[in-house]
This record gives sequence, structure tokens and C-alpha cells, in this order.
Amino acid sequence: MTTTHLLIVATVLAAVSYFAGRARAWSVARENGGIRQLHSLPTHHGALVAIWCFVPALLLVVVWKLAEPVYIGNIVNANVPAELSAGDERQIALYRNDVENLISDGDASQITDDGKRALGERLLAQRSSSSLALTLLALAAALGGAAFAYKRIAAPTRARHSVERVVKFLLVSSASLAILTTLGIVLSVLFESLRFFQQVSFTEFVFGTSWSPQTAIRADQIGSSGSFGAIPLFTGTLLISAIALLVAVPFGLMSAIYLAEYASPRMRNITKPLLEILAGIPTVVYGFFAALTVAPAIREFGSVIGLSVSSESALAAGAVMGIMIIPFVSSLSDDVITAVPQAMRDGSYALGSTKSETVRKVVIPAALPGIVGGVLLAASRAIGETMIVVMAAGLAANITANPLEAVTTVTVQIVTLLTGDQEFDSAKTLAAFALGLMLFVVTLVLNVIALLVVRRYREQYE
Amino acid sequence: MSVESSHTAAPAQPSPATAHVKAGLARRYAAEKRFRLYGIIAIGASLAFLAMLLISIVSKGLPAFSQTFIQLDVPLDIDTLDIDAETAEAVQEGSLPASELRRANYNGAIREALRERFPDVSGRSDRRALYKLVSTGAQYDLARIVMDDPSLLGQRQTLWLPTDDEIGALVKRGADLTQADTLSTRLDDKSIAWAADLDANNEFDVRFNTTFFKNGDSREPELAGIRAALVGSAYTLLITFLLSFPVAVASAIYLEEFAPQNRWTDLVEVNINNLAAVPSIVFGLLGLAVFINFFHLPRSAPVVGGIVLSLMTLPTIIISSRAALKSVPPSIREAARGLGASELQVVFHHVLPLAMPGILTGTIIGLAQALGETAPLLMIGMVAFIVDIPQGITDSATVLPVQVYLWADSPERAFTEKTSAAIMVLLAFLIVMNAVAVMLRKRFERRW
Repeated sequence: MTTTHLLIVATVLAAVSYFAGRARAWSVARENGGIRQLHSLPTHHGALVAIWCFVPALLLVVVWKLAEPVYIGNIVNANVPAELSAGDERQIALYRNDVENLISDGDASQITDDGKRALGERLLAQRSSSSLALTLLALAAALGGAAFAYKRIAAPTRARHSVERVVKFLLVSSASLAILTTLGIVLSVLFESLRFFQQVSFTEFVFGTSWSPQTAIRADQIGSSGSFGAIPLFTGTLLISAIALLVAVPFGLMSAIYLAEYASPRMRNITKPLLEILAGIPTVVYGFFAALTVAPAIREFGSVIGLSVSSESALAAGAVMGIMIIPFVSSLSDDVITAVPQAMRDGSYALGSTKSETVRKVVIPAALPGIVGGVLLAASRAIGETMIVVMAAGLAANITANPLEAVTTVTVQIVTLLTGDQEFDSAKTLAAFALGLMLFVVTLVLNVIALLVVRRYREQYE
Repeated sequence: MSVESSHTAAPAQPSPATAHVKAGLARRYAAEKRFRLYGIIAIGASLAFLAMLLISIVSKGLPAFSQTFIQLDVPLDIDTLDIDAETAEAVQEGSLPASELRRANYNGAIREALRERFPDVSGRSDRRALYKLVSTGAQYDLARIVMDDPSLLGQRQTLWLPTDDEIGALVKRGADLTQADTLSTRLDDKSIAWAADLDANNEFDVRFNTTFFKNGDSREPELAGIRAALVGSAYTLLITFLLSFPVAVASAIYLEEFAPQNRWTDLVEVNINNLAAVPSIVFGLLGLAVFINFFHLPRSAPVVGGIVLSLMTLPTIIISSRAALKSVPPSIREAARGLGASELQVVFHHVLPLAMPGILTGTIIGLAQALGETAPLLMIGMVAFIVDIPQGITDSATVLPVQVYLWADSPERAFTEKTSAAIMVLLAFLIVMNAVAVMLRKRFERRW
């Protein structure tokens, strides 16, 4: 039986034992003179029996599946030809792969090479016996566990406590998954980055000014070295993000001010959801819009007034990205502006200021930390944004501050490096992870600062 | 009277401060008006961007929902189709399955029909141009027609077959085909003349494009469809839902109802908040390094896409579920405890059902985000060229936004309209999901 089948069978058994346990609890209750004599409800008893049925079997399967590769690896190591076993692990892995492919049809007798046939037969025999043993043991564990719990059903058994402990454990582990995810991100990105920095020095990567990640497939190729100076990517990312913020901050902030201070409730109710639509549109749609509508329009306009605009100008990508984060800036600013106490506005009016003076000289300064936090979050969003720049920005790694030229960004390069056909171990692929690490660290720092700023500000008025 | 006199007795000259204020009033009111105007301009511009975006996509995408057909009198005799007589007879009697006819030369029959329609056309290159009036996919349509009804063999049939995308676009637009030099197209004048002749005889028809919803991807724009991407999206979203919903609800319940105030809880909360702001492409890197390179799950498969997207949507769902749980008033919990419910019974029997509408709203919004997500899926190889409809969660597949990305990169002009149409379908799904979320909130939201 495959693992999937085994788990399905275990699930069915667990379901059966739930009903059996519940029925038994009812009969125990009747013998003792009513359900009130039981410590726990029959459903709790049923659930406990099901848990005792499923969990031991599951644990057994997991442990077995973890141990099996180690054991099989030992068999392989013991059975490879002598000249290979002295060599490095790659040779053994290749040899093993070869044998695995040969026995993929479940038949080793046709293999011509004696050594490979022996190993193939050994592996096949090992696999079938292992699978059989696992099936039997897992079923035994399931039935044994269920029987054990079934026999324990009695009026004073505290089944509810046990069941609730298991459920609580599940709740805790679900919540801890967030930590596991962060850990997974950090470790996977860090690990591959370290491998990259073994090939390319860290200083060259962070301070190098030339980016051309073409590594050679053969050592004797011309121009094979490839250079991994990431400065052009950082400047490109900064340029596009800066353009995006130049669009998003004024528009977002002014919309938020108008909606919070001037608009009638009716207008607010209509306009706010409409603005939120901008945030709900998938980024790939913005990318398409930027590449096919905005970029040609800007180019056309440039040629009319006599400017040469690249067809993949930073301006097009940045402007469209700015539109995308308008609602982000406006909803965050809206929150902090409405959180400014009315008393401060009233004080300002009492001194004779107009509404706009109140907004500019009282409300905005009071809300400034929150607004700055929101802008930082928007900046982190802009830096990490991928699809718009992949579709509308270029691949040319230029260092320029001219928004009409083509620049490339960190995210564009990650996508380009990883969507091509490349060996996973090449510096080219690993470079993507190093860029990912940079991206993760920078956005993390921005987010943490933003959250701290916002939190400190909120405490002031609450 | 004395009051009045005391007023008139007040200094006729206003104090210097008042004068100063009065002098500045006009300027200040103007500034006030300007400020208001800036606000209106900001909102108006944002909404104008939105309108522009939608209008540009709808105007580009609408033509893709219709398809031009050409009327042809196709000879279905077995010589033209290159079937031997025995097979044809056996299939018609039912002793052989209709799939035996799959290998027949349907293209030849279509070409024959075109030659008969335009008997004056001679010369290799002219004929080749003539054949190009009909889509290369027409032969599959014809094959399906014949295999569905083998009794048609040996007869002549008047059939509507799809045209090539260039000529189809002209007809759809309602362009005046007699004025060849006014048209912007890469077709030559002869092809346009033939098309004009067909048009004059009403042998073109524009119909709803079912191909677009029935086919997978294709190199030919008129044959490309979104079915494969839709199915891929459905599988991916299903996995995302199955993984993220239970885990997110469990996390939210723990954090909101049980978590003690300690370091671990703080760590979990900080992590969740940060994960919500991690760029999506980083989740793609995680998926590539962990699930594909370490656990050796299949590349390009919805199962990996679903796992990655569920990790991405978890924070969204957790945060909104916590808000929903928090909005259930403590009196509900106290009442349940008063009746002897255990801590878990309080949550699962009373608090959770009351919070469910809020949780579902958050889940739908999270899933809508996942549906529109592209970047992490590029990392795990879901950018494949998928012709066949995926049959399971481990088949190679692509999703709707990635299909949009792939088509947007294609050079053929007809793909631009396909891209816009795919975007319209994607947006339609997002609108429906968000509408359901809003409806849930409106219908079941309780103010305590």
C-alpha cells in the first residue's frame, strides 16, 4: 500500500472507532443509570478512541518515512562498486539515480550490468518488504490504539480532558506555523545565499557596479565570468519606488484628507470602496496596463516634445505602481487622521483658523508619525512589487537617475534568473536567492520601523 | 438706546489686529478653496486612473469574446479526406469507433472547398494565401463534426468554420473590406479582395467565441483559450482554501481565546504581522527552495502553488478572523461558562459560530488575493505552456494571472485582445468573490 492509501485507511478506521467508542459510552451510561453518570460526553469518548486510533499510526508512518531513506542510502553505499565508494558523493548519487531509473518499472532482471542489477534487485526487495512491514505495523498500531482506548471507556474516564488537550495542541501548532514559515523563508534564502557568497564575494555583490549574470556553461567560453555587482539593481529599484511614492503620496494623502475632513458621509461611502478597488486589482493587470498603454503613451508624448524616451522607461512602471499604492497610502493616512482627537481641531477653530489651516498646522503634524509609518509601508510594498516591473521595466542594468531611461530592479532580476533553464547550483540561480535575501531584509526593516512608529503614535492618543 | 449709542461710541477704526486679520481673509479663503480643490483633484484623478484602466482593458478585450466564422461548402467524400472505403463503412455501421477517423485529411477537404469557392485562384503562393483565410484550427472542428456524425461521409456539407485571426479581426470590427488601402493590416490586397467577396455574399458570420472558454493555450491566437488556466486556478485555489482556512482559524482561536501573555505569543504575533508584509516573490523563493528542491514535490503543479499561496494568505485570514472573534461580546462566553461549558465548548459551540460570517468574509478576501497573485507562481515553474486541461493537483498547470502574463508577452496582435479578455474574466471572478464577501458581511454582521 502506498502512504496515501495507508492514510486513507487509517482515516476510515478512525471514523469507525469514533462511532464505536460513542456507542460504547452510551451503553456504559445506560448501565450506570443515565448519561449524567459519565464524566465526559459520549462524543468525547468517541473522539478519544479515534485519536488513539489515528495518531499512533500517523506517527509510525512519519518516523518510518524519515528513517527509510537513511537505511536505503546505507544499502546503496554498501553496494556501489569499490572504485565509486571511494569517490565523492556525487558519483554515488549518479550511480544510484541510474539504478533508480532502471528499476522504475519494478523489474530489475533486465539490467545488463551485474553490479547495477544486484543493487536494483536489492532495492526492489527492500522496498516491497518495507512497504509490507509498514502496512502491517501501521494497521496494528491503529487497531491496538483504538482497542486500548475502547477498553478504557468507563463512567469516570476523563475523556474530555484528553480530547481537549489534543485539540489545544493542534491550535498551538497552527499558530506556531507562522514562526515556522518565517524560519523557512529565512533559512532557505540564507542557505542558498551563503552558497552564492562562496562563489562571489559579498563585497563584490553589494558594492559592485556591473551586473551581467551570464555564467559560462563550459569553462573555456569567452566572457564567461559573469559579474554580480548589484548596485545597478538597487539604484533601479530605488528610482522606480521613488517615482511610485511621488505619485502615491500626494494623491493618497490628499484623498485621505479630503475624505476624512471635507467629504459628506455619503460621498465617503461611495468613494472609499471605489478607491479600494485600485488595491484589489491584480498586479499583473497593472503590468499589462503599464506595458501596453502607459509606456507607449509616455513615449509618444516624449517624442512630441522632443525627448527620447525608452520604451521600457522607469517612469511608466513607477507611475503605474504609484497608482496601485494610492489606496494603500490613503487608507493608512485616513486611519491616523480620523484618530486625531476632535478636541485638537476644535481648539484650532476657536482660535479662528480655517479648515485647511487646521488640517495643515494641527491635524497633519499630529498625525505625521502615523503618516510616515504608512509611507514606509507603502515604500516596502513598492520595493517588493514584482509583476508591474517585470512586465513594464527593462532588463538593462543601468545606473541612472533619469526616469525616462530603462532600469531594472531586484525583483525583475529574481524572476529572470529563476524562470530560465539553469542548473540549480549555478551562480546565476543562487544570485536570485541572494537578491531575495536583500529584498527580505530591507522590507523587513522598513516594516518593523513602520510598525514601531505607528504603534508609538497610537499610544499617544489612546 | 443707550446700548446702541454705546455701540456707535465704539471706535470707528478697527484695532490693528482686526485690520491685519481682515486684510488676510481673502487670501486665506482662497487658500481654503485651493486646498479643497487639491483634495477633489486627488480623488478625481485616482478614480480617473481606475476608469482609464478598466476602459482600456474592456475596449481591448471585448472583441475576443466574438469569433468570425466563414461559410464553406466542404466536400466530405472519402477521397478528399483520404480514408479508405472499408474504414469509412465500418465506422458508419458502428463496428469501428469514430476515433478511427481522426487521422483523415480534414485540411485537404477545407482547402478543396476554398479552391472551389475561388476557382480563379492559381499559383502556389496565391493558393497558400487563400488557405490562410481559414484558421489552422478549423480542421479540428471539422474532425469533431465528422466524428460526431460519421453518416456525413460522402456528402457535401455547408459548414461554418473559424477564420484566421487577422481577417477575423477585420470582419469583427466591421471594416469596409472594399477599401483595401484604408485598412491597417498585414494582409495583402488579394486576401482582402477575397474577403470582400465573401463579405458581400454574407459568407462571414460573427458569433460568440466558445473556443476561448473551451481550449487550453495555443500558439495560434484564434485557438487559444483560458480553460486550462481556469481549471489550474480552481485546483490551486482549492488547495489554498483547504490548507489555509483550518490553520488560520485554529491560529486565530488560539491567539484570541487561549494564548497566555508571554514571549512566545508575542513572537507569533510579530511574525504574523511581518509575514503579511513580506513581498510575495519571497514566498515563491521559499516554495522553490523548500517544496521543490528539498521535498521534491512536482514543479508547475497546483499542489505546490496552493501550498505557497496558502502560506501567503494565512496572515490575512488570521488577522481578519481574530477581528471577528474579538467582536463577539464577552457576555456570550460568560453565559456559556455559567452553564458549565468547558473552555473548548465555549469557543466551538458559541463563539466560533457567531464569528463565522466575519471569518468567511476574511477568507474570501484572502482567496481573492491569492487568485490574482502571479509572482510566487513564476518562481515554482507555473509558467508552463499548458495546452491540455490539468486533470489533478499534481499535473502541470498554469493559473489565470500567469496566463495573462504569458499572453501579454506574445508578439501576435490578436493575443493583446486575448490578454484583455482573460483579464476581464479574472476581474469578473474577483468582483464576484468580493461581492459575496460584502454580502456576507451585510447580511450576517451583528452589532452587539
